[in-house]
Order: sequence, then structure tokens, then C-alpha cells
Amino acid sequence: MKFGIVVFPGTWSDGDCYHVAKTVLGQDARYVWHKDRDVSGLDCLVLPGGFSYGDYLRTGAIARFSPVMEEIDSFANRGGLVIGICNGFQILCEAGLLPGVLTRNHNVQFRCQWVDLRVENPNTSFTSGCSQGQVLRIPISHGEGNYYADPDTLASLIAKDQIAFRYSTPQGEITADANPNGSLENIAGIVNDRGNVLGMMPHPERCCEDALGGTDGRIIFESMMQVVA
Amino acid sequence: MSVSKETLDEIALSQMEYEAIVERLGREPTSVELGMFGSMWSEHCGYKHSKLLLRQLPSSSPRMLVLPGEENAGVVDIGDGLAVVMKIESHNHPSAVEPFQGAATGVGGIVRDIFAMGARPIALLNSLRFGPLDEVQNRNLFRGVVAGISWYGNCIGVPDVGGEVSFSSSYSGNPLVNAMCVGLVEKGGMVRAKASGRGNLLILVGADTGRDGIHGASGLASRTFEDEREMRPTVQVGNPFLEKVLIEACLEAVATGYILAMQDLGAAGLTSTVVESVARSGSGARIDIGKVLRREDGMTAYEIMLSESQERMLVVVSAEHEKAVRHVFDKWDVESIILGEITEDGMVSVYDGDTMEACLPVDVLTDPPLYRVHGVPPAYLEETQSIDLAALPIPTETPESILLRLLSFPDIAGKEWIFRQYDHQVQTNTLQAPGGDAAVLRIKGTGKSIALTTDGNGRYCYLDPFVGGIIAVAEACRNLACVGAEPIALTDCLNFGNPERPEVYYQLEQCVDGMTKACQEMDLPVISGNVSLYNETRGVAIWPTPVIGALGLIEDSGKQCTIAFKDEGDVVVLLGASDVSDDVQSLSGSVYLEIVHGKVAGVPYIDLALEVSVQRLCRRAIYDGLLHSAHDCADGGLAVCLTESCVTGAVGFIAGLTINGRWDAALFGEAQSRIVVSLSADALPALEKLAAEHGVPLVQIGSVGGATFSLPGLLDVALDDLEVAWKGALEKALG
Repeated sequence: MKFGIVVFPGTWSDGDCYHVAKTVLGQDARYVWHKDRDVSGLDCLVLPGGFSYGDYLRTGAIARFSPVMEEIDSFANRGGLVIGICNGFQILCEAGLLPGVLTRNHNVQFRCQWVDLRVENPNTSFTSGCSQGQVLRIPISHGEGNYYADPDTLASLIAKDQIAFRYSTPQGEITADANPNGSLENIAGIVNDRGNVLGMMPHPERCCEDALGGTDGRIIFESMMQVVA
Repeated sequence: MSVSKETLDEIALSQMEYEAIVERLGREPTSVELGMFGSMWSEHCGYKHSKLLLRQLPSSSPRMLVLPGEENAGVVDIGDGLAVVMKIESHNHPSAVEPFQGAATGVGGIVRDIFAMGARPIALLNSLRFGPLDEVQNRNLFRGVVAGISWYGNCIGVPDVGGEVSFSSSYSGNPLVNAMCVGLVEKGGMVRAKASGRGNLLILVGADTGRDGIHGASGLASRTFEDEREMRPTVQVGNPFLEKVLIEACLEAVATGYILAMQDLGAAGLTSTVVESVARSGSGARIDIGKVLRREDGMTAYEIMLSESQERMLVVVSAEHEKAVRHVFDKWDVESIILGEITEDGMVSVYDGDTMEACLPVDVLTDPPLYRVHGVPPAYLEETQSIDLAALPIPTETPESILLRLLSFPDIAGKEWIFRQYDHQVQTNTLQAPGGDAAVLRIKGTGKSIALTTDGNGRYCYLDPFVGGIIAVAEACRNLACVGAEPIALTDCLNFGNPERPEVYYQLEQCVDGMTKACQEMDLPVISGNVSLYNETRGVAIWPTPVIGALGLIEDSGKQCTIAFKDEGDVVVLLGASDVSDDVQSLSGSVYLEIVHGKVAGVPYIDLALEVSVQRLCRRAIYDGLLHSAHDCADGGLAVCLTESCVTGAVGFIAGLTINGRWDAALFGEAQSRIVVSLSADALPALEKLAAEHGVPLVQIGSVGGATFSLPGLLDVALDDLEVAWKGALEKALG
């Protein structure tokens, strides 16, 4: 499988995603500069975390105008796998590839901590290695991860089973205390209606090795590898 | 004499210094030139009161790749063709004026020092001091500083992995904000700050130049500011996004192999960067500030030369490679302009188009007068050192209640409220996150890790600056030993009051002497550092506060230790003591003495030979795989140390010995050179044998287990209660 890791000027999880794809999972990977349009030969595009343009405006609001975004749009329309992590999720929402928006954390603080995520839909290309209701432990690191969508959009997300992950307790209960940023209905990650684009605030690339405290992130990458293989 | 006292005051030069300038130039300086002297001869850039002292710090080691002060930061070889670059720097005065931007730009500045050497920044640490949190002003400063560090550090993708914070009225109105950055570079890829070669081009890259930060070095950092003058324009404003782009663009430019030298623009902006770069090679420079991109119209030559606008770098390339290098900056949408070129006349000539604004000899600019003041012991020492600790009443308050109070004291309380606001994981190297004795980062592509910590106890240094200086070094290295790392280099930030006052100079001198002694004993070099003087409010100096940043090496990443107790039934052993002593001398300078008895007094003590042996033993025991946990016994003493191992491990402790006599000294005394370890009972004979070989006393004090912290006859507290007191205190103190 070949991962394309998209690099905006302020992206900082690009190296971490590359390390996971290449060194941990032994897959092919290359970087895709945001001004370039060549996404040929890639099976999956990763939009990593960071502050694409400093995020002084809204997160992802400027990145969506980068030349590479048009290619990502067509890539997704062709059915290619796209995963947006943290800032990547924010960009995908701004670009309209995913519904909703990510706003300032309700506690108005940046949060870097481990969280528990309940798998809401194990039937996506990104979660096929999980079981329904499985709890994954994955870190977050963001100041604007408070997911919001209007009631119609939310109803549609639920109806079409597009909610991939919810913040939960380690036992899988969805509680206010388990929600680190005030996200609507504890939403941590969603897929598009076709199921080939995932956006999630937590960082799976930070937990693919035992030495880093956990390996639950691997399940997400390995699910994608199953689909492509 | 054509210069007014007000003008000299503004740039913090004395009349005598002005006269020395006139004499050495053979003429009066122009206004621009005087501004340049004010900066270069400032305490901040010129180290007028500290250089003679700093020279005595050990600065050689087979691992060192550059001499201290020769480059933007110190560099040590860690094997495998790799080197670690590190430095710590203060941003105290700007943070006092504007905590958010002051702290943020402190991070930005130290990060630029690291990538200026071609190294990728891989870790940040912060050492912070504030006044007590029951005062609203201190809460605001604390919140602002943490938010500023979080804002800047998180945006640039460098993990903030550790540090320390302490609160005392001594820092009210004069907080300390010391930022440390660590970078990794392939030995062959290191870039120097020495600009040479006639005709080579000076290229200015990064942000436009504005009116922010003018007189930052000379005015803000080099004198006390007790009056209510508006200081805000001297604080710079940061742009972390540009910094992030600058990191990537500069490292990519370095990879072309065409960069001859690089230096960041920090204190005193263009002036110090150009002057210092060419001074290192004895060259000169001719620059045209007419080319400098500006944020606003009407900026004078004086303002351009002294602006401390952030996120700017000076890059030196040959004319032949200029296009290739600037192409990289274009790719990243970073502005670059040709500022001038290297000359061989030993002069810095500043033009604005065709008009000459300044022409000064580099060797005079970089040769400020150096002062040695006759230090006099401060009067308070007689009183604090003569206290009869044995006469202290034993509290009527229960040991349990005192323990809970100490755990909630912000110095000791858990720091999660701070570090959860910092991205401490990005770059996926963080094996031990903030909250332990030292942070541990793996070095990808090798089996090694590095360990990092900062330490410095102002209370001890206040009570005995010499012993305090020793303890600062010893404790930083002890923190490294507790994770299993061998210390290989230090960086230091010396935070003191006004050195022109004999009693402050005494503190500075004694602290540096103590640090020197400890470094010699431990065979450690100080590879870089920074000095922040004039930390005073209304004529009262802060506690003398040397902050030590320490780098340790773990050759095998699999062999490291954390502070958390692991397994029920493990035995708990105190290394470095043959009993749990109730010696009241150990209460000297303790948190207990301050919190419970309201006294900062006594004479701290350390046995350096024992310290060295204890650390060696701890590292060896970890290397041999004997230990399940190791934790430095420090602020708050043995009871706090044990509690932290319990809470982080979510398991209790039960003492196996009884404490007689002064239980307050036994539980809360801060005797040095002690480490609490836990291990399986099977491993105890091996540890005892090792300890005997190292000549280190030890005593078995209890075992891991249960859900309480239990010292039979003294206290028995539920883990949950301890956790609530310790974990939630900081947030609670902030209201």
C-alpha cells in the first residue's frame, strides 16, 4: 500500500505519519507538497496534524485553497481513501469533504492527553479491524476539536451511520466527563457518506508502538491496508 | 560631551562607558552607533558582570563539539554520527511586562538558536517562577505565561517535555521564564555561526522588520525598572506559524550544503547578529538597511538596527549559491533579501542606500568593559543561618494533615494542569512524558534515548548560594539518574538581581563557585547558557536562582525507569541513607519549614562524594534491570516522594519501620542524595551487593501494596485522598 502524506506549510505530524507508514507498518509512503497536484500511484492520502497556516483565522480555512485540495477532492470522488487527522480533519470540514465544523475547545485550552474512543461503526474502511463498541486509547493534541453540526446534519450523520468514534470512558460509556473538548454528542471522528473519507481529532499515528504507550492507532492504519490489499 | 544622561539611561550605558567608547573610537559616536553600542555593551549581550565568573565553569569534555559561547548553542556528540544541541535562555523581563507574548517569544528565540546550527528542534523545557498564587496578579502572570508557551510551542511542532515551576513571594512582580530547547543534528550537517570570506553574501530571511522590541536587550534585560514607565513597546510579538515555516525552510536550505553560516536575530536584532557573526572570524561587514523589508513606513536606521522583531535569520552564502538557497525560501514563501556582504576590514559599515549611518570596529563593539564587583555576604544570612532548628516546636497538627497541605502546595502539587496544555508527544519520540523525574526521548534509528530535566532551588541558594549552586547541579543529575541516564552536558540560566550591588554579586559569585565545584566533581561540562540579571522589584532582588538544564544519555532505551510503583509486594528501599533520619538539620530550606513554620532558614547541606556514588549506583541498578521504580527524594522530603510514587502507580505503600523522635524531620526533611526505589524482593540481595560495591548506604523502608499510604503509628491515608490533594491543587489554586 502506498500512503501520500500531504504537507501544508505548518503541518507537523507529517514526519510522524511517514514514520508509521514506512518504518512501523513497512508500507510505501511519500510526501505530497500542498502546492503540487500529483497524487498518482497513491492508495491513501493522509492529511496530518499541525497548524496548516498558523490557524490565525479559522483552522483549515486557508489550507482549503491550496492547489492540492482540488486533487484531494477528485481523489476522494474516485473512491480513494482519505484520512484527516486533527488539523487534517479541520481542513476536510473547511473544504466540504466532511460535514460540520471544529470550534474552540469548550475549556478554551489546548489539550494534549490520552483519551478513550468508542468505535461507533466498525464497518468503515478505517475501522474494519475493530469490533462494535470496542474502546481505543489514543492521544489528542488540539485547541479546536469541539465538533459541531446543525441538527439536520447531525440527524443525517446518525441515520447514515457516519459517526466513527465517540469520546468515552475506558468502559465505553459516553459521558460528559469523557468529552475533552465539548464536542457535540462526544463526536471524535466521522466519515463521509460514501465511507472513504475519515476525519478524526485524535492522533492514531502517536500510538502505533509499545514504547509510546499504546498501539491502538495501528488498528486504524491496518484496517485501511486490509481494504486496499 | 554631546550626549544627555537621559539618552544614556535609555540604553543603559554609564557615563564612564560612554567615555570609553569615545576614547576607543577617537570620536563621538553617531546616534545609530550609540544605539549599537548600547546593545552590544548591554549586560544581556555583553555579559559585563558575569563573563569573568562564567569563565571558571568547566567547559571541556571529549563529547563537546564546539566551545561555549562560540556558537548559538552548545553541542555534544552522542555517538552514531549524531549530536545534540542545547541551550537555555531567559525571557524574564518581557514576561513580567506582557506574560503571553513574553513567554511565547522566549520559546521562539531559543528554538531559533537551535536550528541556526542546522539541528532539528526535538524538545522544549521550561523553568518557571512566580509569586504566590493567592495574589491575582501572580495568577494572571502564571496563566499568561503557560498560555504563551502553549500557543507558540504547540504551533511549531516541537514537544514540550518537561520543566519545573515554583512559587514564592520573592518572585512577585518579577517572574522567571526560562526556556530550554534541544535539537538533533548529524555531525556532518552542523552549521556554524562564524561568517567569513570576503564577498560572501549576508541574506536576511523571515519576518519583516518592525518597531517591536527596540531596546529589549539594553533597556529591558539590563537594568531594573521600578518606575511605572510603559515598557510594552520593548516586548516583541511572535508569529509561531512563521517560525515553523522558518525551521523547515532553514533546514532544507542547510541540506543544500551551501549555507556557510547562520545565526538568528535575537536580542539587539540586526546589530548583534551581524556583529557577532563576523566577530567570530575577525572579518567585517557592509550592509544596506535600505533593503530591509519593513512593517511600516518612516522607520529610522536606529530603529532598524535595534528592532527585535521575531522570526528572522541571517544566512551567509557565496554569491555563486545565492540563487539556489533563496529558491528554497521562495518555495516556503519566506522572504529573503541580500542585506550585504562580508568584508575584511574588521568594520561593520551600515548604509541606508548611499548614506553611511554607522561605521564601527567590530573588535570594540564586542569588547565591553568587564566588571568584577567585590561581593559582600548579604546581611540576612546571619539571621537565617543561625536558626536553632532543634528548638522548633513539633507541630500539634497531625502528620496526615501536614502531608496533605504539602501535596497541595503548588511547588509540589501535580503539574498536569500545565503540561496537558503543551503538546508533549509530537515527533513521536517521547518515551517518558512530563511528570517524572526527567523526560526521556528516543533517538530514532538508534537504540539510544536522551533524558532531559531542568532544576534549580532558589530557596537553597538564598540560604547558602554556594551549597545551593552545588545542589542545583546535583539534583538535576540525580533526576537523570532516576530514569537511568548518564549526565553528559549541562546548560545554565543564571537568574539574579542587580549585580552592581555587592550582596547580589556575592550570591552570583558563590552560586557559580558551587556549580563549578559540582561540575568538576561530576566531570560535567556546561556547554551553553544565559544570564539574566537585574531581576528585582522595588529594590529587592529575587532569590538567587541558577537553573540547570541537564542532558543525559541512555545507551539502551530498554533500560530505563519511572517514578511509579509497579507491583504489589515489591520492597521499597531508600538509597543514600542507612536509616530514616530525624536530624532536624534536614529541615533547612525545606518546604515544610516554610509552609508549616513560616520560615525560610537554616543551612542546606550536601555530601558531593556520596551524591556521585548514589547516582552511579542508581544508574547501574537500572542498567542491571533490578529496579521497578526510582524517584528522587526532593521538595517535601521522603513522605512526598513516596506519595508521588504511590499516586502515579495507583498503588499504596506500607512502611516496615517505625519512626522515632522528630517525625517532622523524618517525613519532610530534605536531606540530599537520597533516591527511593522499588524492586522485587528477589532482587534485593543483588541491589545490596551493588550498594556495598559503590559504598552507598541503603535501608529497606517498606513495601508496595494496598490502597493507602501507611506509616504505622503516624499516618494512614487513602490513595484517593492523596490523589485529590496532589492532582487537583494547581487548578484549585487558580480558582
